Amino acid sequence: MPVKGARSMSVWRRGSEVVWQAGLVLVCCLMPALAQPQRVVSMNLCTDQLALMLAEPGQLISVSYLAHDPDMSPLHDLARALPVNRGTAEDIVMLQPDLVLAGRFTTTATVAMLERLGVPVIRFAPENSFADVVAALRAMGAALGRAEAAEASVAQFEVDRAALRARIDALPREEAALYYARGFTGGQHSLANEILDAAGLDNLAAGLGFTYGGQIALETLVLMDPEKLILGRRFAGWSEAQALLDHPALRSLPAYTRGVGFSDADWVCGTPHVLQAALSLIKAREAPP
Amino acid sequence: MTRALALGLSALVLVLMLASLLIGPASVPPMQSLRALVIADDPLMALVMRELRLPRSLLAALIGAGLGFSGAVMQGYLRNPLAEPGLLGVSGAAALGAVITLQTGLASLFPVALPLAALTGAALAVGLLALLAGPRGGSLTLILAGIGVSALAGAGVTLVLNLSPDPFAANEAMFWLMGSLTDRSWSHLALAAPFILGGMILLATQARALDALTLGEEAAASLGIDLMRLRLIVMLGLAAIVGAATAVAGAIGFVGLVVPHILRRAVRARPAALLLASALGGAAMVLAADIAVRLILPARDLKLGVLMALIGAPFFLHLIFRHRLAHS
Repeated sequence: MPVKGARSMSVWRRGSEVVWQAGLVLVCCLMPALAQPQRVVSMNLCTDQLALMLAEPGQLISVSYLAHDPDMSPLHDLARALPVNRGTAEDIVMLQPDLVLAGRFTTTATVAMLERLGVPVIRFAPENSFADVVAALRAMGAALGRAEAAEASVAQFEVDRAALRARIDALPREEAALYYARGFTGGQHSLANEILDAAGLDNLAAGLGFTYGGQIALETLVLMDPEKLILGRRFAGWSEAQALLDHPALRSLPAYTRGVGFSDADWVCGTPHVLQAALSLIKAREAPP
Repeated sequence: MTRALALGLSALVLVLMLASLLIGPASVPPMQSLRALVIADDPLMALVMRELRLPRSLLAALIGAGLGFSGAVMQGYLRNPLAEPGLLGVSGAAALGAVITLQTGLASLFPVALPLAALTGAALAVGLLALLAGPRGGSLTLILAGIGVSALAGAGVTLVLNLSPDPFAANEAMFWLMGSLTDRSWSHLALAAPFILGGMILLATQARALDALTLGEEAAASLGIDLMRLRLIVMLGLAAIVGAATAVAGAIGFVGLVVPHILRRAVRARPAALLLASALGGAAMVLAADIAVRLILPARDLKLGVLMALIGAPFFLHLIFRHRLAHS
């Protein structure tokens, strides 16, 4: 997943006074509003999705630029109504947020800068399982003062999950390989692993002992001969990493000729959309092309 | 002497190609893998051997031969033991040409645009070097011009990759500037082979001229060598070889520097004899290095160029040191 650049130092040089003033305003006047934040800015694709699902109209004022990208953002239609930010401290501070939602790993320097300026920031860890999805929904509900909406969403998630479980009972369990650009794969503790499981598929990489993820040599993958292949979603442009997915050896695999799945926007973040990803896999298995 | 050397090097190349076929992330008994090359009773093993390992092994030999050969030609033509396509930015400029065609989508419309653009980049770099340092220029001028061309090409490659909408592209400057043979296919071989072989044949026709050039430009001209024509053919041939090699495997450096040096004494420093020997030596060296990257870090994609630089750069420093001693 692309990592947003942290260009924090330039903020000090360019218009540092404005930033300071904005920071002081935030510290003195907006802190009491934390109970029900009114100007929420999200700077991470995954917090974008959760906030778009749970926020009251008008509560969320900006999402990350990736949220408008239909290839990565399941809720890109909703997101289009909101202005985007590029995730730099300057960008965020100018919006005068009373709450900033960030990812845990992607923007450490920027988040540190925002915290120094007194902007309240809540960081969300990446979700690696469906249990994490439930926890993230509740955490987002609490952050936005929207616990009821979060509980409703969790309840719906569990209902949908049970429906999928009933549906895969009729299907045999098969082994599937996740194969992304540059030969990366998702291991035992990955969201993709759980999506496969929900679709009645066993993750080949988990069987190989991958815990979080890693690379599988194309040669190894070919010899493992998985029953199903799920390839990484394709981006515009060109890279050696993506060209690997067009290699003749991969395309000659029986699993490839049987029809491959693609990990699209529904696979990216730990939101209830992961069930949509599992559902697509199940539909493809029920009616092979 | 020279014939014995050629035979010995050929045997070495064959042995290394065989070894290269038997080594991979999936460990399979040697006889079983070789069997899969001929008989496809295990379709998956046949797929691995025929679509992954065989093209990789052949490409390593081809690219090594091309780069060793070009190193010998450059050193002979510029009469400078420090000349080498990777070091002087010719490969980098070829990589820039390749990256531009890939990112503009031209390469997917006309596959042959890829080696042609890399060739153009390489030709521009060779031309620039010849203009700046020339056959009469000293080592210092040549190396400095090379640093300039390298820096420019490296920056260009990085810029183009950073502008790409593909999120993975930005991380691939490493591939383009260091080179790798991982997961190459027949299409890469088919794209590169005509240019590399064609360039080598073209340059081989100039072997006598390169021999004559060791006596100096005036002497060579008095022997009936057309210097303008020679320069043009050398530029074109080098560009074809280095361009095509870089277009499919990135810029692999130091092969053209190290190989001619090791073999020079064995061929009594005759540029013409050195050409064939360097081609075989280059093939052996790249094959060996490509085997080594798979043995050292089998699970990670260690770049071939990293290993070549680790061997080549100390060698280069040693050469500079000797060069200094000889001139002081």
